[in-house]
Amino acid sequence: MSANMVALAYLVASVFFILALKGLSSPESARRGNVFGMLGMLIAVATTMTLTENWLLIIGCIAIGAVIGTIIAKRVQMTAMPELVAFMHSLVGLAAVFIAIAAVNNPVSFGLPAVLPAGSKLELFLGTFIGAMTWSGSVIAFLKLSGRMSGTPVVFTGQHLLNLLLAIVMVGFGLWFFFSDTTNWTAFIAMTAIAFLLGFLIIIPIGGADMPVVISMLNSYSGWAAAGIGFSLGNPMLIIAGSLVGSSGAILSYIMCKAMNRPFLSVILGGFGSDGGTSIADDGTQKTHRSGSAEDAAFLMGNADSVVIIPGYGLAVARAQHAVKELAEILHEKGVNVRFAIHPVAGRMPGHMNVLLAEAEIPYEQVLEMEEINSDFSNTDVVLVLGANDVVNPAANVPGSPIYGMPILEAHKARTVMVVKRSMGVGYAGLDNDLFYMDKTMMIFGDAKKVVENMVKAI
Amino acid sequence: MIGDIDPLIINLTIFVLAIFVGYHVVWNVTPALHTPLMSVTNAISSIIIVGAMLAAGPADTDWGVWLGAVAVTLAAVNVFGGFLVSQRMLEMFKKKDKKGSA
Repeated sequence: MSANMVALAYLVASVFFILALKGLSSPESARRGNVFGMLGMLIAVATTMTLTENWLLIIGCIAIGAVIGTIIAKRVQMTAMPELVAFMHSLVGLAAVFIAIAAVNNPVSFGLPAVLPAGSKLELFLGTFIGAMTWSGSVIAFLKLSGRMSGTPVVFTGQHLLNLLLAIVMVGFGLWFFFSDTTNWTAFIAMTAIAFLLGFLIIIPIGGADMPVVISMLNSYSGWAAAGIGFSLGNPMLIIAGSLVGSSGAILSYIMCKAMNRPFLSVILGGFGSDGGTSIADDGTQKTHRSGSAEDAAFLMGNADSVVIIPGYGLAVARAQHAVKELAEILHEKGVNVRFAIHPVAGRMPGHMNVLLAEAEIPYEQVLEMEEINSDFSNTDVVLVLGANDVVNPAANVPGSPIYGMPILEAHKARTVMVVKRSMGVGYAGLDNDLFYMDKTMMIFGDAKKVVENMVKAI
Repeated sequence: MIGDIDPLIINLTIFVLAIFVGYHVVWNVTPALHTPLMSVTNAISSIIIVGAMLAAGPADTDWGVWLGAVAVTLAAVNVFGGFLVSQRMLEMFKKKDKKGSA
């Protein structure tokens, strides 16, 4: 294939990738979009095949990857999507590092001059360090999300200073690599090693509920890593696909930060409140809450006209989505208007709740975003909060509160509020939630799945 | 004239324009599909498989080729895992119309 034909085929693939993302603007067109993405990838791989000589080796490797990837995709639980995505980001990061090392080793196979020009060195440096940070950061995110590592922030004094120093040393090695006349492996390997270390250090101080930001950020990194490799290889398709992914992840991080009303930098620097946030002093009064049983709750919901269910991370942990679907269906049959309200940061990744509810076959017309439903709470008879806390905390409206200004689901405006929770423990922000102590609130303690199953039986 | 331009500048042009395309396309994605968006973009980022194939491509096999082969495998896991899990999720968002009445 001539170079021009290859470039044209790559252009077609790039357009398919754009169409893939465009398809996601609605659930109806989304599957077609995904097929466009697959076609783009097929064209890209088939075209690249003509440029290589080791067909057997490459096809064998793709086959192994295909088997592993297919098994993972078929078996993974929907509740485990955040850790799966983190795992897959780590693969992209590691692959980017390997490619960069291979390119430094043998530039000619990538169509680069045998002695790397300065520009290529710079691009390889960028691709390597972004890739390395994506890998190690994603590994930590994966360990935290899958519960193999505690989700609590790991903070120590001098953390930021250490990170800064390491970053400076890394850039120093990068410059040494950049200005060396021959291939300076010492500098390159030292730089890569520090980048791996930085990836770990940057993610360990970030806590569980900030994971939606982290995972979006790593999504973004994996895109920039691909774009960086694209620059090194002078391959516009990699640059286009990488930039699409990079900007997508960046936008998601922005949306998540906005939904928590936290500056991106404070999330990344880690440890909620550790950056000097003021906690409200306890006024000393003993607050009392009312608790009830699943049966009481079932009775109230059965007699209501409208019920809004607010799912949170607790629903994912308890894998209660199918039980919730049954509850919604029974209430629906009794003529109750049942809807779901989703906060943008509910769960551990953007859109996590929507996927779980979709898995349980809850019609997406019943699933509403925060802006769509907030004005309806004052006309709602019963709100059922399932494993959510900070996203319904009215303290967000109180100036001086650490979460002041965070957009919340205004559950406190409903006539009756029912909260299913394991204990009176505080949420991620470490704040007491006044919603739990309101006169119209009933607390139902227990595992979300068991409680909801009991409700279904009682109705 | 175009021949006088450093390829880096041309790539930079593509890069900047692609970011704008990404920006506009992604803002149109419905929030309900943000998880599939992440898995689709993740699958797309495995386009670096192209680079991995080039690394594994040369007939005179040295360690760089083997490194490329490992990278091809890693990226292939991502290509298949990413697109198939997206497909599985998006199927779930489809089933609704079958129920109709709801």
